[in-house]
This record gives sequence, structure tokens and C-alpha cells, in this order.
Amino acid sequence: MTDCVIRTIGLTREYAMGSEVVRALRGVDLEIERNEYVAIMGPSGSGKSTFMNLIGCLDTPTAGQYWLNGIEVSKMSDDELARVRNREIGFVFQTFNLLPRATALHNVELPLVYSGLGSKERKDRAAFALQSVGLGERMTHKPNELSGGQRQRVAIARALVTQPSIILADEPTGNLDSTTSEEIMRLFEELHTERGQTVIMVTHEHDIAEHARRVVTLHDGLISSDRGRAQAA
Amino acid sequence: MSLLEAIRLALGMIRAQKLKSFFSAVGAFVGVTFLIAVISIVNGMDHYMKVDFAAKLFGVNTFSIVARDRVQIGRMSEEQWRAMRRRPRLTEDDFQAVHDHFAGRALVAAESDAGETVYSGTQHSRNVEVRAVSPDYFNIRDIEIAQGRLFSPQEILNGSDVVVIGNDLAEKFFPSTSPLGHTIRIESFTFRVIGVAAKQGNLFGQSQDKFAVAPYTSSMRRLVNPHHIVDAIMVKTPDLASMHAAMDDAQELMRARRHLLPEQDDNFHLETSDDVLSFWAKISHILYLALPMLVGISLVVGGIVIMNIMLMAVSERTREIGIRKALGAKRRDILRQFLVEAATLSTTGAVLGIITGIVLAKIVNAISPLPATISLASIIGGVLLGVLVGVISGVYPASRASRLDPIAALRFE
Repeated sequence: MTDCVIRTIGLTREYAMGSEVVRALRGVDLEIERNEYVAIMGPSGSGKSTFMNLIGCLDTPTAGQYWLNGIEVSKMSDDELARVRNREIGFVFQTFNLLPRATALHNVELPLVYSGLGSKERKDRAAFALQSVGLGERMTHKPNELSGGQRQRVAIARALVTQPSIILADEPTGNLDSTTSEEIMRLFEELHTERGQTVIMVTHEHDIAEHARRVVTLHDGLISSDRGRAQAA
Repeated sequence: MSLLEAIRLALGMIRAQKLKSFFSAVGAFVGVTFLIAVISIVNGMDHYMKVDFAAKLFGVNTFSIVARDRVQIGRMSEEQWRAMRRRPRLTEDDFQAVHDHFAGRALVAAESDAGETVYSGTQHSRNVEVRAVSPDYFNIRDIEIAQGRLFSPQEILNGSDVVVIGNDLAEKFFPSTSPLGHTIRIESFTFRVIGVAAKQGNLFGQSQDKFAVAPYTSSMRRLVNPHHIVDAIMVKTPDLASMHAAMDDAQELMRARRHLLPEQDDNFHLETSDDVLSFWAKISHILYLALPMLVGISLVVGGIVIMNIMLMAVSERTREIGIRKALGAKRRDILRQFLVEAATLSTTGAVLGIITGIVLAKIVNAISPLPATISLASIIGGVLLGVLVGVISGVYPASRASRLDPIAALRFE
């Protein structure tokens, strides 16, 4: 394990649905190294959303272990997980998940509010992040004054602003038309090649997954294929 | 997230939903309005009773010997009332004895009064307080003469029909000329005006300037009381300590004059401003007891309203909570955000209530004789109550918000 950002061993997640137990993940072993660009694919019900929640520290596994940056997070408390999410993970969601009443600048500032940064530094860093995704002119706009592509750029700026270890994107183009999707995918590409950002993307679209260097496919809670593994190493 | 940050966020939320915020804070608003207005008015009354009322009505360091208690606190049994009616009245001889007893140590005056209609030329004035007094009355009551003079010793001795009139009568009967030397008529007696008293002002909206004072030796004595009877003997001492000593003295003297045995109760009363003040203390005590209930009810209702609004806000903003949690908000960050929002909401209501309460007190002050003074303590109390109600009613919604599962919250539509 030279420079492993993510390492899971036997990652298992079970849900109780009434009297039945649903086994969404049945022991996933995966290693992702720094600077990788990975797509996680799979049909619906394959467990990719569950996997994404676990990787994103929004949920804890029923069994198995998960190291993020060499720290075991699978046994952490809610508050510790919140801190890890704040420092290590940048989320990009399908539905953007911006605060509707806040300006673009304030939306991008939000993660820094929870890391306890002063107001001045927060604003500077948020403005810089917005400029880097090409939205320097739209900082005072609210989400409903922005196009879908622009909203997703704000969300990406928000994910970048804490300089996280990984960018975790969940169907980032799911709500966008094909031209805008291409634009957003170019932005991810840029982040990966020019800044060396680790990007993990969950998608069910093959042409979107093609942008990634490595494609991991889940099936019935297990990894069924893992293409392009060695490239980043 | 710092506290300041949370307050700024909450204020932004209140600004964005002004009407809704107002309605949610209306309970705190009404409660605090009550609090401020009532405390201001009762406080003002308190000051007024102690400083103006007691001093004006009784004079400073002054007590009066009277046959019957004029200020009655609480209920009196039939028995007590009958006993009081049977008490002998005070006489001019009593006055003379008290006067001689305190000669050189205190001022002593006899006073009797009645309500009469006073005539002057073609005009008349009803319900004028006509008084028959001995000379030191003016010193004891601290009444200054604006025009003319007081009774001369000769006039007292002779029982001359001369009067000193109050400002109201002077203005009504003699608007354009000096009243001095003119006459006024009460029933069949004619009095010559020799002085006009300086304006005394109002007491609870009642003018204190509608009076006519004549020597107790003049014809006035026949208008106010049966022969040789006086209503009160007023005694004014130089300071409070000597007043209490003088009261003991006067009590002893009166008991001796009336041949009371040691086991018999006094059949007279020594009246001081304390009588009125303790009566007032009883009224204000009741007001102060009722106030917390009034305020309490509106604050409890207000708290429940805020709690419901906050519960609604939590479910409306489930997704926002999910986003915040995903971005690294800890439980206590969310808890604090909603607690501060509830507290800010009710404090805003309380602050509006303070302003309205002050305005209300000022209005009462302006349009009624009831005075009002605003106390700083009640303002601070109002703000604290606002914060308290907000925090208490915010605890449950905020803890619900903080316990939301981020995944479920993010998926919430």
C-alpha cells in the first residue's frame, strides 16, 4: 500500500427491512490510490449507493473495515465522521444540493464554516474556488438564478474549497443535458490531470464512466469487475 | 459554527419570513408588552404615592390625630365599625391641649373641612373644599401664598370672615382682576378674600386648587362641623425620629384627656402617610402577584407556538440539514443553529414587546393621571425572558433536527 487513499476490507452493510435482512454490500475489498480517477458502476440495486454512502462517511458498515488516508473510520462516532467528511471529502450530488436561499459564494463557504475558519479567510477561499470553476462573475447569484451546469460548478467549487483527499461525485451529470454534461466532465478531467485530485464517481451511464481511468463494477453487493487498475500506480 | 454566526443566520431567516416570524413570536411579544407596561405603571404609581401623594396629602414628618380611621385597609367587622362610630369626636379643647403640649417642639394645627358651593357675584362653583383651620395649617401643609397674605393674629382672635382661596377659584371668579378685597359667599356667610394660594397641581387627576380656607374662629366653623368640633389635629415635627416620639406623646396625652383605662383601646387614631402607603402597598402587591400569571400564560402559549413553528421549520428544511451534515456539521452545530433560531425569534418578539410596552406606558402617562416610569430592570428581565422562552421551546425541535440521519435527510423531497 504505497499511497492508498481508500482501503476497504470485507465491507458489509445490512439493512433490516421489517423482519427481513437486506444485504446491500456483501464484503467489498477495494483499494484506491491517490490521484486515481475511478468510476463505480452497477445497475440499480447493485449496492453502489450504499458503497458511496460508506466511502463518503455518511454511514458506517455492519462489518468490515475502511481506512481513509490510513485512518480507520469504520468505527467512528457521528461527530468524528462529521469532521472527516468536512476535511477529507468533497461531495458532488446529482441534485446539486445547494442551499436555495444562499448566494453561490455562501454555498461554497459553508464547509469552511464548519471547519471553524474566520469569515475573511472563508470568503477569500470560496471566491478563489468559484473562480477556478469559471464562476468568478456569479458569486452573488442564488442557485435559482443559475443554469444547471452553473449550479453543478458551484457544487464542485464547494467540494474543492476544503482541499479534500477525495472528490466523491454521485451521478454528477444525472440532471444535466448532454452538452452541459460534457462540460462538467471536462472540469472533472481537469481537476484530475492538472491538480492531481482523486476523483471517485458513481454512475450508471457507460459513456460517463468512460471518462474515468478505472471502472469498478458492482453486482449484487460484490465487485464483479475492476478495469484499468494499474494505471495510476 | 460560532454563536455570532448562528445569530446572523437566524436573523437572516427572520428577515426572509417577516410575517411568519412575527406570528410565531407574538406570544413572547404580548407577554413582554404586558410585563413592561404593567411594571412601568405600577412603578410610576409607587413613586407617585410615596413622593407626591403622601407628601402632598399629609405633609412631611406630619401626623394627624383623628377620631376615626380615614384610610381603611381590609374588611372591618360590623362590631368594629359600630365601635368606631361611637368614638367621641375631637374638640377645640383637644386642639388647644395638644397645641400647648407641643409648644416650641412642633407645629400644631386644627383642621375641619366640608364640601360646599361657593358663590361670587352671579357665578358659583360646586364641591369646593371649604376648610376652617388654625394658623399653622399653612406651614404644616406647605402651602405658599401667591397673592395677598395669610390671616393676621388679630383676625384669628376676632374670628374675622376672611379667606385664602385656591388658584382654581381665583381663576374662575376673578379671571381679569385681582381677587384681593373681593367677597365670596358660602351659604349665608360672606368672606373677604385676603390671599390666593400658589398652584398645588393635580393628584390623580383631581385638582388640589379648589378650596377656600378661613380661620377656625370665623363663621366657617359653623359650615364644617358642629360647635367646638374639629376633624383633625395636625402635628408636624422637625424630623422623622421626633415624629415617632411626638406620636407616643400625643397618644398618652389623648388617653389621659379621655380618661382611658390601661386595658381600654384608643378611641382615636394617629394617622400618618404610612396609612395610605400601606394601603397602596397592598394594592401593588396584588398587582405584582397577578402580573406573573398574565405574563406567564402568554409566554407559555408563545413558547408552544414557537416550538410548533420550529418543528415545522425542521421538517421543511430537512434537506438543508442533510446538506449541512454532509458538509461536516456536527450534531451540536445543528442543535445550536435551531436553538439560536428559536431564541432569536422569541427575543425579537420580546424586544418588540419592550418597545410597545414603553410606548403603551408613555400613552397611559400622557392621557391619564396615572404616572408611569420605565425601569431598566424590567427591560433586562423582558429580554432574558425572551431568550429563555426561545431556548426552552427550541430544545425539542433542535434536538430532533440534530439527530436526523444525513442520508435520509439528503434524499428528502
